[in-house]
Amino acid sequence: MTPDLSPDTAPAPGTAPQAPVLTVRDLNVVYQSDPPVHAVRDISFTLHRGEILGLAGESGCGKSTLAYAINRLHEWPADVTSGSVTFHDRDGQDLDLLALGREQLRRFRWSKLSMVFQGAMNALNPVTSVRAQLEDVLTTHRPGMSKQDRRARCAEVLELVGVEPRRMNSYPHELSGGMRQRVMIAMALLLDPQVMIMDEPTTALDVLVQRGILREILRLREELGFAVIFITHDLPLLLELSDRIAVMLRGEIVECEAAETIYRQPRHPYARRLLDSFPRLTGERGAFLRDDGQAAPKTVRDTTPTGPGAADREQVRSDGGVR
Amino acid sequence: MTTLEVRDLVKEFTLRSGLRRTRLRAVHRVDFTLVPGRTVALVGASGSGKSTVARMIARLEKPTSGTIAAVGPDGTRIKDRHYRDHVQMVFQDPFASLNPFHSIEHHLARPLVLHGRAKGREQVREQASQLLERVSLPVELMDRRPHELSGGQRQRVAIARALAPGARVIVADEPVSMLDVSSRLGVLSLLARLQREDDLAVLYITHDLATARHFSDSILVMNRGRIVERGPADDVILTPQHPYTQTLAAAAPNPELRGRLLSSEPEPQAASDRHHLTYDHEAGRWIDIDAATDSDAAVAG
Repeated sequence: MTPDLSPDTAPAPGTAPQAPVLTVRDLNVVYQSDPPVHAVRDISFTLHRGEILGLAGESGCGKSTLAYAINRLHEWPADVTSGSVTFHDRDGQDLDLLALGREQLRRFRWSKLSMVFQGAMNALNPVTSVRAQLEDVLTTHRPGMSKQDRRARCAEVLELVGVEPRRMNSYPHELSGGMRQRVMIAMALLLDPQVMIMDEPTTALDVLVQRGILREILRLREELGFAVIFITHDLPLLLELSDRIAVMLRGEIVECEAAETIYRQPRHPYARRLLDSFPRLTGERGAFLRDDGQAAPKTVRDTTPTGPGAADREQVRSDGGVR
Repeated sequence: MTTLEVRDLVKEFTLRSGLRRTRLRAVHRVDFTLVPGRTVALVGASGSGKSTVARMIARLEKPTSGTIAAVGPDGTRIKDRHYRDHVQMVFQDPFASLNPFHSIEHHLARPLVLHGRAKGREQVREQASQLLERVSLPVELMDRRPHELSGGQRQRVAIARALAPGARVIVADEPVSMLDVSSRLGVLSLLARLQREDDLAVLYITHDLATARHFSDSILVMNRGRIVERGPADDVILTPQHPYTQTLAAAAPNPELRGRLLSSEPEPQAASDRHHLTYDHEAGRWIDIDAATDSDAAVAG
């Protein structure tokens, strides 16, 4: 560990993840458009084994771009201009992800690091069955596996996420949104990855289904010990779920602390404003998530675009973005 | 001022599977009133029937039985085409509810002209710009197309469009669930402000209990087509009585309860003897809507 990087604060006490599994150093991603958009700026963080790292921020702050960069999914005009992403394998080997060749990359993806994509509900192929899509992963990555073993493994992961294995013959449209989401998570689990990146896995699901999936993720982490990068703009959810939270603003991580610390004493004004954007379920009416007595009652908050960064962004839009 | 009265509303869908036909009751004897200057939140999980209620109010779907009546200030029922002058809807997805081919001005001008609120180019343009101002959008957006706007701005346009015919009753079906967190509060505050200024009656449909509590006066909780709990917002959220409401409230993320997920407590089971009953906070008792329509049919809690 290099000691000079501030976001490297130790994981929350009690959760005890020790060894790092993924180290990102000074990563920069630029969309080479005209003018170029610097979407990820000098991002550094370390993900430990068995840790859930929350990545919070509004749309357009670069959180998905960061996730794609880690998985090397970017294509022109997106360009990883500098930085390094190192994966520390279970067997002690370090992999420099940005230097992997085609074939190495193909082997690496999904088996060591998998991803649940944003809008996972629509990420399944509508014209083939769930079984075919799950088995496809195994035929590609485990060519020596027998047909029976493949079947058994697919059934096993479906059971892990709480979908009955007999639903394997279903097509995606025959499943509910929550079930499709679970199938996507099952697919990400197939090869027993060490890191899972989940990009807004529960947005657009209702609270009951969301709760079920979160419980599943935590249980799987306990059982399988993988680390999760959980991307969402739903801060109350992250505060409850993750060990550490990194708050992103305009491509930079402005604060990275234990979830408890972010909740109790957020240091960066943006983190405070983000907390202010969520009304509380309990407590005083009109109270917001971060409540130190200064939160204005709802009647005062009538200003247009509220919320962090919104003003700047809309400014940008009306100033030149669209003319 | 217009009041919307929903009485004993029932909606059944016919399901066909092979030669068999079954009927699914999506909405069962729903009953409520929207009054000017008040917001009622309708909450429930996906598939609970809340959107079906909204679609029936917007007359996109015909009720199987029961009535929906808009009553004018003089006590007369508003009929036929005039119904839509009074009752308008804001849809969930502002990316889908605005036509990508038309300018913002067109979106506002159409209802103004169709509902006879404005005549002639200049008057239409003037009224359209007033509408944009009311939803706190710059008038320069008038000639833009929907793709040039952010999600929050689009939803503001959708609200302006709902106001264009002079609507007094607004049905907002999950108006902020597709928006970014930073624009959510802004749009909800806007709805609250318009409601106060215009004395609108608002039905706010959502599955987010926290915003339901903060932006509404009373709450109706729906499960499997039935209203299972109703009452003032604070009472329903802070002292939920129905097991279903309790489950919903417990499922909402709460940073104060960090670590509870790990204990993997069992899902609270809905008590089977209560699931068909409605808890009415104002009456302070359980009501069996199937027993009879008379109030004396209420059973003791």
